[in-house]
Amino acid sequence: MANALELRNVEKSFGSVIALQGVSIEVEEGAVTCILGDNGAGKSTLIKILSGVHKPSKGEFIVAGQPADYDSPRDALDAGIATVFQDLATIPLMSIWRNFFIGNEITKGWGPFQFLDVATMRAITKQQLLAMGIDLRDVNQQIGTLSGGERQAVAIARAEYFGAKVLILDEPTSALGVRQSGIVLKYLLKAKERGVAVIFITHNPSHAFLVGDRFFLLNRGRLLNRFERSNVQMEELTKAMAGGRDLETLTEEIEAVRARG
Amino acid sequence: MSNTTDERVRRASVFSKILSMPEVGAFLGAIAIFILFTSRDTTGNFAGLGGLAGWSDIASTIGMVGIAVSLLMIAGEFDLSSGVMVGSVGLLIGLLVTEFNMNIWLAIIIGLVFAGAIGFLNGWLVHKTKLPSFIVTLATFFVLKGANLAYTMMVTGAVRVTGVDKAPGYQSAYNIFAYQFIVSPDGGVHSFQIQASVIWWVGFTLLGTWVLTRTKFGNWIYAAGGDANAARNAGVPVARTKIALFVTTALTAGLVGVIDVLRLQGMQAGQGIGYEFFYIIAAAVGGTLLTGGAGSAIGASIGAVIMGMAYIGIPYAQWDSNWTSTFLGLILFTAVMVNTYIGRKARGGKR
Repeated sequence: MANALELRNVEKSFGSVIALQGVSIEVEEGAVTCILGDNGAGKSTLIKILSGVHKPSKGEFIVAGQPADYDSPRDALDAGIATVFQDLATIPLMSIWRNFFIGNEITKGWGPFQFLDVATMRAITKQQLLAMGIDLRDVNQQIGTLSGGERQAVAIARAEYFGAKVLILDEPTSALGVRQSGIVLKYLLKAKERGVAVIFITHNPSHAFLVGDRFFLLNRGRLLNRFERSNVQMEELTKAMAGGRDLETLTEEIEAVRARG
Repeated sequence: MSNTTDERVRRASVFSKILSMPEVGAFLGAIAIFILFTSRDTTGNFAGLGGLAGWSDIASTIGMVGIAVSLLMIAGEFDLSSGVMVGSVGLLIGLLVTEFNMNIWLAIIIGLVFAGAIGFLNGWLVHKTKLPSFIVTLATFFVLKGANLAYTMMVTGAVRVTGVDKAPGYQSAYNIFAYQFIVSPDGGVHSFQIQASVIWWVGFTLLGTWVLTRTKFGNWIYAAGGDANAARNAGVPVARTKIALFVTTALTAGLVGVIDVLRLQGMQAGQGIGYEFFYIIAAAVGGTLLTGGAGSAIGASIGAVIMGMAYIGIPYAQWDSNWTSTFLGLILFTAVMVNTYIGRKARGGKR
C-alpha cells in the first residue's frame, strides 16, 4: 500500500521549548496507524501539525507524495485530512442530520433564495450511517441523545463522506466505557476497510493493539520506538509505552506497598 | 426509507413530539392569558377586533425586534443596546429632516446605515475582544443613551424632536411604515385601526422561521450557539454568523425607530430605553434558551403576543395598570419554568 502521509525528521519548537524532535512516521492507506504516548509526549503537537493547525519548524511533511504546506485546518481538510476531536465533534442540541451536514449543507434554489434540501440530507445521513453499520433510530433526533460512542461514529462517517482520505482520531476512546470504546474501534476498522488511512491517537495500548497495524511510540517529544503488527506483542507494547524499566520499578514499588498493608 | 421502523424507537406519541417543540409552552401560555383576560374583560371588546387591534399594535414592534434578538440569543449572544437603538434611529431621522430639511427617505436610509454600523461594531468588538456581549452591548446602550439626550438637547434645545410630518416624502414613507388600516365590520358604526407594523411583524415571523429552519445560515446560528468550537471545527464561520446577527438586530431595532418616528411625527430623547428587556422577555417566553443553541422565531412572536395581551387586557379588566410590569415579570418566570419543565418531560427526562 502507498503512503498516504509521511513526516520526515520533523521538529516543532515553541520559543525555547522543543515539543517534537526528529519525528519520522509513515501512514499507509487502508491501515490503522497508532500513535501512542503518555501525557506530555507530544501527541497533541503531532495532531496539530497533521491537521494544519501548526507548521513544522523543521523537517518535511508529505501528503500523497507531495510536500504539504497548510496554513489552516481548512487547507488540510481540503487535502482530505480530517480530524475528529474527542469532545468537539458534534453539537448536542442539533439533530443528527444537521450535525452530519454542518458546514457542508446541501441547498436548492438560487442566490438569496437558497434553502436547505432537508429530504436529501436526511436520506444521505441515514444511508451513510447504515453503510458504516450504524444502526440508528431516527436522524431527526438530537445528537445529544446518542451515546458517546455513537456520536464519535457519526463524526467518523461524516468525515469519510466528505472525502477524508486520512482520518485522525484524537483519543476517541479515552472518555468512554469498555462497550462504547468497542463500538468506536469497530467503526474505525470499517473506515480502514474502505481504504482510509486511519491515524489513531491514544494512550491506551490495549485499544491500540486491538486495531493497529503499525505503532509509533512517542515520549518527551521524540519517537521512542516503532512496531509492526507482525513483530509485537501486547505486553511489549505496554512495557515500551510506560518506558520499560519504569513500569517494572513501579510494579515493584506497588507490590512493596501492598505487602506492608 | 421512512417506512422501516426500528424497534428501539420508543413510539414517540404525536403529543410528546408537539410538547418538545420550544414554542408550544408559549402557545399554551398565550391561550391561558387570552382566556384570563377575556373572562375578566369589562368592555366586551378584548376577544373581538378592538382587543386584536390593541394587542397586535403592541406585539408587532416588540415581536419584530424580539425575533431578531431571539436569533442572536440562539447564536449565544445578547444585545442590550437594541432598545436604545429604536430611539437613536428615530431621533437621527427626526433631526436630519427637521434641522437639515432632508427628504425623509434619505434620512431613513442614513438612519438604518447608522444602526447597521453600530450593530457591526457590537459584533466586531465582541469577536475581537472576546468580552461577553452582555458587557459590550451594555456599554453601547449607555453610550447611545447619553448621546441621544445630549445631541437632541444640543440641536433642538429640548428633549424631543417634533414636526417630522412636514418633511418632504413623509406621506409615502408613512404609507409604507406606519399606515393604519381601518377595519369596520359593521359598516362604520365601530371602526378599528390595524397598524402597518403588524404586517411587517408577520413578515418577519415567516422570514425568521424560514431562515432558522430552512437555510444554511439558520443551521450556522444553531451551531454557533450550540457549541462554537465544534461549529468552527466543522467549517462554520462562527464570527461572521454572529456579526451578521448583531447587524440584523440593530437594523430591526432601527426599523422600529423608523416606524415610531413616522407614527408619532417626532421622538422623545428617552424613547426605546427599556425596550431591550421587552425583546429579551419575548424571546425567553417563546422558548429561546438563554445559553444559546435552541429557540425559534415563532416562539418570540408568541411571547410578544402575550405581552401585547397583558398591556391591553389589564386596563380592559380595569385593573391598576401600574402593575403591568409586575404581571410581565411573573409571566416571564412562569413561562420559562414551564417551558423548561415541559421540554425535560417530553425528551424523556434527559437534560
